[in-house]
Parts: sequence; structure tokens; C-alpha cells
Amino acid sequence: MSVLDVEGLSVRYRSRTVVSDVSFAVGRKETLGLVGESGSGKSTIALAIAGLAPVRTGSIRISGSESTGRSRSARIARRNVQMIFQDPFSALDPKMPIGESIAEATRATGRRWTAQDRRRRVADLLEQVHLDPDRAGSLPSQLSGGQRQRVTIARALAGEPEIIIADEVTSALDVSVQSTVLNLLRELQERLGISLLFISHNLAVVRYMSDEVLVMREGRIVESGETETLLSAPRQQYTRQLLSAVPVLGQRMSFEEDLSA
Amino acid sequence: MKKFASPIGLAAVVGLLLLIAVAIVGPIVWGDAATSRNVAERWGAASPAHPFGTDDLGRDILARVLVASRLSLLLTAGATAIGLTGGLIIGLAASIMPSRLRRAVVWVMDILLAFPWLLLVLFFTVIWGATATGAMLAIGLSGIPNLTRLVYNLASSVSGTDYVRAARVVGVGPVGILTRHVLPNIASPLLVQAAAAASVTLLSFAGLSFLGLGVQAPAYDWGRQINEGIGQIYSNPMGAIGPGLAIVFAGLIFTLISEALADQPGQGIGRLVAASRAAVLPTDGRSGESGSESTVRLNKSPDATATEPAEAAPLAEVKGLHVAFPDGGGGVVERVHGIDFSVSQGETVGIVGESGSGKSLTALALAGLLVPPAAVAARRRAFDGIDLSSELTQSDRRRLGTELGVVFQDPLTSLNPALTIGRQLTEVPETHLKMSRRAARERAVDGLEAVGIHSAVHRMGDYPHQFSGGMRQRAMIGMALTAEPKLIIADEPTTALDVTVQKQVLGVLRAAKESTNTAVVLISHDIALVAGFCDRIVVMKDGQIVEELSAGRIREDAQHPYTRGLIACLPDMRSDRSRPLPVIDEVVRPAERHGPDQFADGGSGEGDPSEHVATGRDEVRSLL
Repeated sequence: MSVLDVEGLSVRYRSRTVVSDVSFAVGRKETLGLVGESGSGKSTIALAIAGLAPVRTGSIRISGSESTGRSRSARIARRNVQMIFQDPFSALDPKMPIGESIAEATRATGRRWTAQDRRRRVADLLEQVHLDPDRAGSLPSQLSGGQRQRVTIARALAGEPEIIIADEVTSALDVSVQSTVLNLLRELQERLGISLLFISHNLAVVRYMSDEVLVMREGRIVESGETETLLSAPRQQYTRQLLSAVPVLGQRMSFEEDLSA
Repeated sequence: MKKFASPIGLAAVVGLLLLIAVAIVGPIVWGDAATSRNVAERWGAASPAHPFGTDDLGRDILARVLVASRLSLLLTAGATAIGLTGGLIIGLAASIMPSRLRRAVVWVMDILLAFPWLLLVLFFTVIWGATATGAMLAIGLSGIPNLTRLVYNLASSVSGTDYVRAARVVGVGPVGILTRHVLPNIASPLLVQAAAAASVTLLSFAGLSFLGLGVQAPAYDWGRQINEGIGQIYSNPMGAIGPGLAIVFAGLIFTLISEALADQPGQGIGRLVAASRAAVLPTDGRSGESGSESTVRLNKSPDATATEPAEAAPLAEVKGLHVAFPDGGGGVVERVHGIDFSVSQGETVGIVGESGSGKSLTALALAGLLVPPAAVAARRRAFDGIDLSSELTQSDRRRLGTELGVVFQDPLTSLNPALTIGRQLTEVPETHLKMSRRAARERAVDGLEAVGIHSAVHRMGDYPHQFSGGMRQRAMIGMALTAEPKLIIADEPTTALDVTVQKQVLGVLRAAKESTNTAVVLISHDIALVAGFCDRIVVMKDGQIVEELSAGRIREDAQHPYTRGLIACLPDMRSDRSRPLPVIDEVVRPAERHGPDQFADGGSGEGDPSEHVATGRDEVRSLL
């Protein structure tokens, strides 16, 4: 059984359809990469799965239970999804110590925690993301961008989710920090057996992280398949176009074919 | 409290304590003097015995002013508290209501806001009668719409942040979000506003009492006292001025408190303090395109002023460039440490580096665009024969304005949202190139067509928001091209754009270079991008140039561990997916200082210890 099952998902804001009829599944311990331009609907899909965007039609099942709507069972199903956001600067409450932010996320487990257990859990989570547990009292402003992103990863883990949605998690980071964050995500996935929905416009990063890839454009799926197969032999013109636009180190960029609005 | 560790903060605290002390002890100490009648001395002018004179019953006005402080301040505090509480409750509630209800509440508040507050007060006064409590309720209630709007706006801006989203995903309810995340984050701007509102409230009360609508005899506050004193303004001016002084003093204290509470040192008076600190830094001469750049010569060698022959000089160059900023504590932090950088005619040079490497500062200094508090010093700073470190003539300025184009990361902030694209594109040809309106328009249309924007004639009438991000960025480049620049500096021009759009934008830059031999300086954190576009690459780190490379041979020629690390840690379409990514060890940072051995040993780094978890260290090492 898949951890995440999305079927015929459509999301509309007012009269604008942002996502239309999207279906996909993410298996246990698997990473599904979502690529596409801005406005292709990939972030909206993430918000819809996390219960933060209105689902027009379609169903989202997490470990088999329907997670759309306001029912109690949907809310419980949604507890199994956590999210990591793009900008680690706005993803943490500037007035809240990082340990407190992580502790808050333990609510998502649905269990009751004693203060001591919670403290121990926060320390444990900080260690898991390679941060010093003694820094639980620090404010986000005392941390670097990479460290903050680790805190948001720890916060996502605190909810003990089955699937984590990572939405452009490295695009606000320096390249040297990007590699440590990507490594950390893979390491945690390996260790904890979490599934990952990895969203990025950076094809090389998606390729590195994902088992399967979904290419999106204007709210629809253009192409999907096993990462290596899809990216080495794309069937769709759009995917080829995306691939050809990725700068490759050591190759001079050529600009003959485009220059159209 | 650290917040008050400034002259303003100190003045605010001392003033507040003084006000509170007078309000508490005033009636006790001066109560008798304020009430003892002495008809013989009525309407007395100011004298040493009665500094503010005496009133119609011969009572000492100074004593009465001091006694009245309690009532005046209590009423002010009461009204402010009513406004603040009401504003908080309605504003916060509105921020979590369903959208229809929320719009209705905001709509009502907007209507009330448009209503003159004094009219509201008069309306309430009619309801509750002209009493002190009535006036307090009236002023407090009439302050609610304003504060509601403020609370609502602040709360909405916090509600839209990712950390609130994260809390919602975790399962924190609306009330929990308000108390845990929204309130702490809006508290400080709200306090600032409340203190400012208190000062307005104080004045409102004085006004109402002066008009006879507030405090009624025999009670008295400062406003009533002005009312009483105004009749004798010619015989005893202090009778009205005295209570007036008290109002001004208290109002000033409230304003100072508000100022001291303002969190960020960049606001209000705090900004002035910062600016005056920057002004204390040694400066000589003003220059730059904007005419407001201050130049500090940190390491000026005596022979450096000798200008080199113009033929041999590159198009633009800086030598020994230092850029420093005030550190907020009276000192300076140097961010660029004496680098040499030049661009030749028609050359494309890339500057690569991570945040804090000084790459943007270097380019901005090259363009003469750094403004105070940035302090720029260089042995030489020149663009096409213009010495940027000396006073610029009018014609030099005009040449800089046309021959040097700058494109920034976010075209939304560099284009004026209120003007049409056409208007903005014709500005340079009209004002700098002195073209006729028609010729300028043709030039602008050409500029837009050159950047691949279709039906350019029609799109000239569009506003920036009607363009997509990529189109805006191309319009920016088109704008730079209208002046036929010799150099375009593009600072992360495609960072906010998708790969396909990125390619279009870079294609435009490339076309400009090929058709008019424009030199391009491209700044980016993406080494692959820069290497694919430029002829030459400059790698920067911590304000220094680490390495300069020919773009075509970057993989082969890169020597410095940092450059190699940058190349290695960037995943590409051939990265081995079965292995962890190589990471740049923090130790690379001090490598210049400690020598390469330190790096190979993987010694301890500074700063974030976990930033160099050893996962990929072996890969980087194997590259060396």
C-alpha cells in the first residue's frame, strides 16, 4: 500500500484552476520528485496534501485514510504529513526558541507528553539533525540559514510523520549548505523509513533525491516515471526543453533555438 | 533592559518614572496647596512664591498642575487601555474569522475609520453626558477602529508566514496560533503604537476638557486648567502655559517611550542615530552616479593617484577595493578586503560566491552605486576613463547613466509599479540622451523587441505587474539596452526565475553582447551557470578573490579547495545518486590562513560545527 495516494486532485482559487486532475502515489520509503516552473501547481499540491489549500475535487489518502475535508478522521490522517518550507527564515517563529518550535510539533503525534519526555525528545531530534541539543533555547536569529533548515527538519520529524513534503527546501540556501541538507534528508529517510515528496525547480537536485519524477506544467502532469529513465529519455517536448535549459558545468550555454516570449 | 540602553531609552524611562511619581505623590504633597484659598491673592501673576501664578480663588496653579497629573494620566491610560483592548479583541478575532465575516468586520472598521474621531467623541459624549468617565469611554472607543485595523493587518501578515502554516500542519488550533505565534510577534509594533496613541489620547483629553466636554468642576485636569487660565492669558500667561507645559512634557515622554520600544534600530530616531554614527566615519568627497556615495580611503598609497594611460586601461576596474559597514557599535566591519577586479570591452566576467562573499558589493562598487553607510575605498576606481573616486562632472554623470546598465535580482522592486513600462523605458533616452519623445519611444520599442517581447508597441502601455517575472527581467535588460551601454552589471538576474526563463534572459544578455559588444558582469551563486555564460570567472569568498579562471577550463584548472568544493557539492545531471553529496568543509574557510594541510586533516572549523558533518568529506578530499 502506498503511503500517499492522490487521485484526480483539482484545486481552484476563486475561478482559477491551479491544479487539475492530478493523480500519483508515493510508496513507503520512496521519494517522489515534483518538477516544474513556478505556477505549475507543484507547491499548491503540497499545500493541499498538508490541508492548507482547498481541494475542489479528488481524493488524497494517507496510508489509506482520506485526508481531505474537516472531519476528525481527516485531521488524524493529516497528522502523518509534515512539511518543510523553502525559506528557513520565515519558517520559524522569530520570537520562539527553536526547542519550543520543535516541542510544539510533537502535538501532531496525538499522544500526551510530559514536560520531561518532551524535552528529551527535542534533544534527541536536535541530535538527529546534527545540532547541539544545548541550543534548544536559541532563537532562530542566532542560527545560520543551514542550521535553521535543520531545525525545520527536526520539527517535521517531531510529528513522527509517514511522509514529509519538502517544498524547494534548498533554493534559499547556499550551494555548500544545500549539499549538507540534502545529505541529511537522505540519511534520515534511510534511518527512519519516511517517504518524501520532494518539490524543486532544480532538475539536478530532484534527480539526485528522487526515485520517481513527476513533471508538471500549468497544473497538469506532463510526464512521470522512474527518475533515470525519464530524465535520460524524456518523451515529452516540455521535459526536453526543461532539461536543455539546465546549465551544465564546463558546457557553454547556447541560445540559438529560443528567445520567444 | 537592553532596549532602553540608549539616550532616548534612558530619557523615556526617567521621564516615565517622574510622571508616575508625580501622579502618585502629587495629591498627597501638594493637595493642600492646591485647595487652600486665598482670595486676596487671586489672579496673581507668576512669582517666586507661585511660579505659575494663582487662579480665581487664589490657589497655587503649579500645585494644581502637579495634582492634576494623576487624573490626566489615569484618564489617558484608561482610554488607551480601552482602545487597545478593543482593538486587540476585534482585530485578532477578525483575523481568524471565515473570509466573509472577516471582510464584513474590516468593512465596518474602515467606515468608522473614515469618520472623524472628534465627531465620534462628541456623539459618545451626547450619550454618556459630559463627564470625565464619559469622555474616557468616548475617546477609548473612538480609538478602537484605528487599533483594530492595525492589529488586524499585523496579525494577517503573521498568519501568512510559513511558521504559522507549519504550526497548523502540526495541529495547533486558531486560538493556539493567536496566543503562541501571532501575539508575541505583533506585541512590539503594537506597544510602539499604543505609546504613540497614548500621546494622542492625552491631547484629545486636554482638548475635550478645554471645550468643557471632559472633566467637570470641581474636578480638574490639565485641559480644564488651560481653559481656566486662558481668560487671564494677558495678566498671567503662565496660568495657561503651565498646564500646557505639563501636557507637552507628558506627550513627549509617551513619544519617547514609543521610540525606545521600536524594536529595530533602523526605525525612527534610531535611524538618525545610526546615520549620524556613519557620518562620524572619516569621509572625503562625494561621488558616484547617485551623487551621494561617500568614499573612504583606507589604504591610500601616495603614488596611486597617478592615472594610468587610458588606452591600456580596461573598460572598468577597481584596485585595492575595500568596502566597510558600521557594525552598529561605533566600529566598522570590512566586508571586501582589498580586491582587484577589471572588465575589458566586450568581455563577460562572472563573479561566483556564496552569501557574504562580497560579490554584489564588488559589482556595486564598480558601478559606483554603493551609498552610505557603506564606506568604499580603493586605490583606483574607474569606468571608461572616468575616475569614480573623485568628484564627478555633470557630463561624467550623464555618461555613467547611459553607458552603465545595472540589472538586479528582483525586477519587481527595480521597476516603478505606478508607471507604464513605456514611460520607464523612454526615460533614459529622453533625459540622458536628449532624444525627442518620438525617437525615445522608437528606441524603447526596439529595446523591448531586442529582448524578445512580442508586440512591443502594445506592451509599452502595460504596467510592470502585467508582465511575468521573466518578462519584467527582460524589460529591465531592455531598459538598460535603450542607452546602448558599454557595461551591464547583472546581479543574480535569474535567481528568482525558472530554468527555461533563465535561459531566455541570459540569451538576451548574450545577444546584447554580440550585437553591440557590451561587456557583462554576471554575479551568481551558481557556478555552472556562470561558467556556461562567461569568458572568465572570479571566485569570491569572505570578501576576497579566491581564484580567477577561464570559464571553459574550470573543471580542469580549478586549484583552490574552495572552488573545487563548490564544483563538487553542486549536484548535476551526472551525480552518483547512490552516494552522499560531497560537502564543502567549513575548514576550507580559513584554508588561506592555515595552509592546505589543515584542510586535508579536517581540523576543527569555526561557526557551525555541524555544517561539516563528515558525510562527504572523503569525496572532497579525493578531489584534491
